[in-house]
Amino acid sequence: METTSPVERLLRGIAITLVCLFFMFPIVWIVLMSFQTNETILRVPPSVIFAPTLENYTALITGKLETAAGTLDIDFMGNLWNSLFLSTASVAVGLVLGVPAAYAFARLKFRGSEDIAFTLLSFRFAPPLLVLLPLTIYFQQLGLANTYGGLIWVYQLIVLPLILWIVRGYFEDIPADIEYAYRIAGHDFWSTFRRIALPLAGPGIAAAGLLSFIFAWNNFVFALVLASADKQPVTVGALAFVTASGIQYGQVAAGIVLSIAPTFALALYAQRYLVEGLSLGAVKG
Amino acid sequence: MTTAATDQPRRRRFRVSRRVLPYLLSLPALLTCIGILIPFLTAVIYSLQRYRLSQPWARQFNWGENYLNFFTDPAFWNTLKVSVTYAFLTVTVELLLGLGIALLLQKRNRTNNFISIMLLMPLMTAPALAALMWKLMTNPGFGILSYFATLLGIQDFNWASDPQTAMLTVVIVDVWVYTPFIMILLLAGLRSLPPQPFEAAALDGVPRWFVFWRITLPMLTPFLLTATLFRVIESIQQFDIIYAMTQGGPGDTLTVFQVEAYLNFFQSTNVGRSAALLMILWAITYVLSNIFIKNWLRLREKQRGNA
Repeated sequence: METTSPVERLLRGIAITLVCLFFMFPIVWIVLMSFQTNETILRVPPSVIFAPTLENYTALITGKLETAAGTLDIDFMGNLWNSLFLSTASVAVGLVLGVPAAYAFARLKFRGSEDIAFTLLSFRFAPPLLVLLPLTIYFQQLGLANTYGGLIWVYQLIVLPLILWIVRGYFEDIPADIEYAYRIAGHDFWSTFRRIALPLAGPGIAAAGLLSFIFAWNNFVFALVLASADKQPVTVGALAFVTASGIQYGQVAAGIVLSIAPTFALALYAQRYLVEGLSLGAVKG
Repeated sequence: MTTAATDQPRRRRFRVSRRVLPYLLSLPALLTCIGILIPFLTAVIYSLQRYRLSQPWARQFNWGENYLNFFTDPAFWNTLKVSVTYAFLTVTVELLLGLGIALLLQKRNRTNNFISIMLLMPLMTAPALAALMWKLMTNPGFGILSYFATLLGIQDFNWASDPQTAMLTVVIVDVWVYTPFIMILLLAGLRSLPPQPFEAAALDGVPRWFVFWRITLPMLTPFLLTATLFRVIESIQQFDIIYAMTQGGPGDTLTVFQVEAYLNFFQSTNVGRSAALLMILWAITYVLSNIFIKNWLRLREKQRGNA
């Protein structure tokens, strides 16, 4: 319907190319870097022609870094495992706690429900350090310092509000009549919840789970404050790694690639849920 | 404990009353959150105390002194200035860029969908790792961006390690990570607009800039407002990118609220000042987030009405 002149189409093309270049170049460059040795990285002028090597990745996987000063042990795989475990466990706990609560907020209007939902949501926007700094002192006293349990609990700060609000929106969109009909047919509350409400809100639960997994994986400040080296996820581990590895830039790049690959793969695999979750999470509820 | 519901006497077994049920369902989530409220209240108390980890014996209430000191403390005004500048620059650039990209990708077709999914990748990158990526690219020795700068005739462009350009560098990283977020929101907004006004304008031969200013932009305003507020709230609290990139340096060029509070707590071990700083940041975000949530709920209701 719209008439587009060739000049306009050209300009649009250039604009889109520039946008893609700005947003994609860093990722491509870091991936290229991760397959290079220090010699090719340090070349002036830089070039994209090099003999690719897997050295950096094998060094990370075996945990033995060859540096000028000798072999250095680094537990980057441990960091990856911590990320995976902390994110998965946090989302699992978040879903178990959050989905029934979301249902209660959506379906069973009760005294104070709006105020509680509102307060929970405003947690999401409070400065995390405000809660984290006193927690460092409490965790020392409670023996929760540097434990997975303590970290998973704190991770609920990001995971729970997200799940609660996205899933609540989905429950509200399901017509309550279906559930009433099932109840009248003589089924109790729990089986109605399990067999009717949960499957119907399935896509919302998936979107919320996916999004909160990515948020948990990408979190930095919680573990920076509350975890020491053996419990740190990749975001914190990579930072320590930069200083530890000296000038092995290829290995730093390989570490970054390994740390962002899981979220990228997940995002590509479930892009539909992702876009839905992102726009629902912020706009539609 | 409330016992069996009496409205259905034929059911003999124990049933949870309808009045208790919602609380029971939301109780675990509530308890978890109360566990978060306790440290919050503790922080309030800290902020009213003279409390240094290095001098625990001198710990006592000094009531508003931490806050009063801020008025005459140039470091505090610097923190406020840096935080506001950072939030203003990042959100402005992200909004303009995000709107531009959303308009470019508005039409639904395979290429545009593919590009918009690709553009989500920076948003999937942990901000702390994004900062590391840009650190590698801006390294004075081998960084590709430093090399590009010399090609443009700028010698010794030091990016984040030069006080003159440190803010620019972290703003670029923030723009790189978060513009896709605004893009995806506005794209959803643009695609949800009713087509009739646009068809009518096309029939009448209304110029396109006029359509943009008088139809698209006003109809998009609720989305723009939501996206802006959301980003301002997050941006004024930015920690990951700045800490991973420069740890607030060089000097005090980038000591935004949370970075300054972190350094106060762990380096100068001044818990009282750290907590007071965070309380002020909390007050700012509380006001903003209340406006945001109200605005968002209204938008949500409207969306649902349209659906």
